[in-house]
Amino acid sequence: MVSLKDLHKISDYEWEIPKSAREDMRVPVRIFATRRLLEMAMVDESLQQAINSATLPGLVGHVVVMPDMHQGYGFPIGGVAATRYPEGVISPGGIGYDINCGVRLLGTRIPVDSAVGHLDRLVSALDHYCPSGVGTTGHLKVGEKELADVCREGSRWALKQGMASEDDLRRTEEGGRLEGADPAAVSKRAKERGRAQIGTLGAGNHFIEVDVVEQVFDAGAARAMGLAEGMLSVQIHCGSRGFGHQVCTDYVDEFQGAVKRYGIRLVDRELVCAPLSSPEGKAYLAAMRCAANYAFANRQVLAHYARRAFEESLAGKVDDWHLHQVYDIAHNMGKIEKHTVEGEEVTVCVHRKGATRAFGPGFMGLPEEYRAIGQPVLVPGSMGTASWVLVGTQTSMERSFGSSCHGAGRTMSRAQAKKRVWGEALRKDLEGMGIHVRAGSMAGLAEEAPEAYKDVDDVVETVVGAGIARKVARLRPVAVVKG
Amino acid sequence: MQAWAPGRRRISGILLIMKNESLAGYREVEHAADWELEVWAPDLVGLLEQAARGMYALCGMRVLGEGRQRGELNLPNAERERLLVTFLNELLYLLESEGLGFDGFDLELSEAGLRARLEGGKASPTSKEIKAITYHKLQVRQGAGGLRVNIVFDV
Repeated sequence: MVSLKDLHKISDYEWEIPKSAREDMRVPVRIFATRRLLEMAMVDESLQQAINSATLPGLVGHVVVMPDMHQGYGFPIGGVAATRYPEGVISPGGIGYDINCGVRLLGTRIPVDSAVGHLDRLVSALDHYCPSGVGTTGHLKVGEKELADVCREGSRWALKQGMASEDDLRRTEEGGRLEGADPAAVSKRAKERGRAQIGTLGAGNHFIEVDVVEQVFDAGAARAMGLAEGMLSVQIHCGSRGFGHQVCTDYVDEFQGAVKRYGIRLVDRELVCAPLSSPEGKAYLAAMRCAANYAFANRQVLAHYARRAFEESLAGKVDDWHLHQVYDIAHNMGKIEKHTVEGEEVTVCVHRKGATRAFGPGFMGLPEEYRAIGQPVLVPGSMGTASWVLVGTQTSMERSFGSSCHGAGRTMSRAQAKKRVWGEALRKDLEGMGIHVRAGSMAGLAEEAPEAYKDVDDVVETVVGAGIARKVARLRPVAVVKG
Repeated sequence: MQAWAPGRRRISGILLIMKNESLAGYREVEHAADWELEVWAPDLVGLLEQAARGMYALCGMRVLGEGRQRGELNLPNAERERLLVTFLNELLYLLESEGLGFDGFDLELSEAGLRARLEGGKASPTSKEIKAITYHKLQVRQGAGGLRVNIVFDV
């Protein structure tokens, strides 16, 4: 069990577990947290899991843990680990089963006051067009060949279907398409699961939320993003659905054998990995990229249907019902990136599991209008609470492999939340706060109750205090469709 | 999955749950973000059956009355933990892709692997989504009363 005595305090927002803390650690663990958040994290296994992750072959720099950390399986949620490419390893569990789970933010020029009387109709339309729930199928079903196009093309596939604009793609991480995706690396079973689920939210903590921009902290950055106080915005949180779950399941199973073949010793079998240069590692990377592209396409299709819901509910009732893309960003992904580690530029595979890429100003992969301000970082709060729009910084490039937090982070188990919170009562409470709710399951709603999560404001103050992100705007929810 | 055919309702196996003193069963364990089940049984086939029943209970699956079916799963031999994950993954796949759930289990282990004769039918819509069965800290332990394992599900 890790205690405060095991940690070196670097600042009020940053701590380190030295490599000497356990003899099998290859790199230290760097934690972004206040003392209070750190103490909250110590009730579960997140720090122990970070130490376990620090044993993987080929790691460079630090294993990084974000303030929204919580216990996962293998890696902690909120973890970032970079392995040298191509000598190091890639670990499917370090990316997660919901490959490219992420968030898309759409902005509007709709003043909340002009929409208040139409929100109930709007949330019903969103619920209709953006199906949610367990194993849900969507309005689309693609054939085998078309699914291969989705795998290779990502959001560009949606553009060809008339469900995206060039601006949507420009304002998506990697343009909504990772290079190097190979559908041949994906199992038949994953493809079967993926064919009917494009354009669906799924269940768990996935949602579509209508927010109002409550406060702007950086007027210039907000202007570049098309965000203004008092205007509505929309967040879409989901991932690669059964397709990505199956890809990860297949490779976690296959890598059980790979670790033996490559002589890799593990402290937890969920950390299974294979060298990036090995046939197994290359195949997983190609399959993972297919799932990442599937998720980009999925959120793009959901954005298309969200636009339809807005048109149906608000056209003719407000001056301009259109939704423009602010950004779309993954928080479960493995990416080959260049970073400077101990003064040396190295090519690494950055595993982000429950952590968001947060590149600073000047990164050429950003749309021109964001290059001066840094990459938008989208941090959804727990249901009924605030969400944040941040931007990455030069410090995040130097201290966290260009990464920041991804949400509030759980503090209470789902079982506890269900015992303490009655879903129907929560729905009424939220509606009493002026938040319109559509949820597939009241038990599922209870599991996602705000009290089951940390305060997202504390998490954001930590990453801002540590300098790995800057505040742009705070959002307040007015309607939510919950998977 | 092989040889599905309508059949009469038959529930095999022991379902003694939620009591530590029972010979076989499962119970939910607190987990910060995901779901964890503790499962126990006198032997490995019992453990596999209880794990399956526990997983179905966690996601709220009920086998609907009409259209009973029987079928057989054959899984190659593997060490205990991998066999457990593979078996549960197969059931999860059949639930999501074909809407099939099972409440009758007749399991047999041999040198060739696991032969699972299953009976069930169309499953009710489930209330929870299980993304995957993980290997996190997965270890089948031998105790005085038989075998015990904790399984973490990604949800």
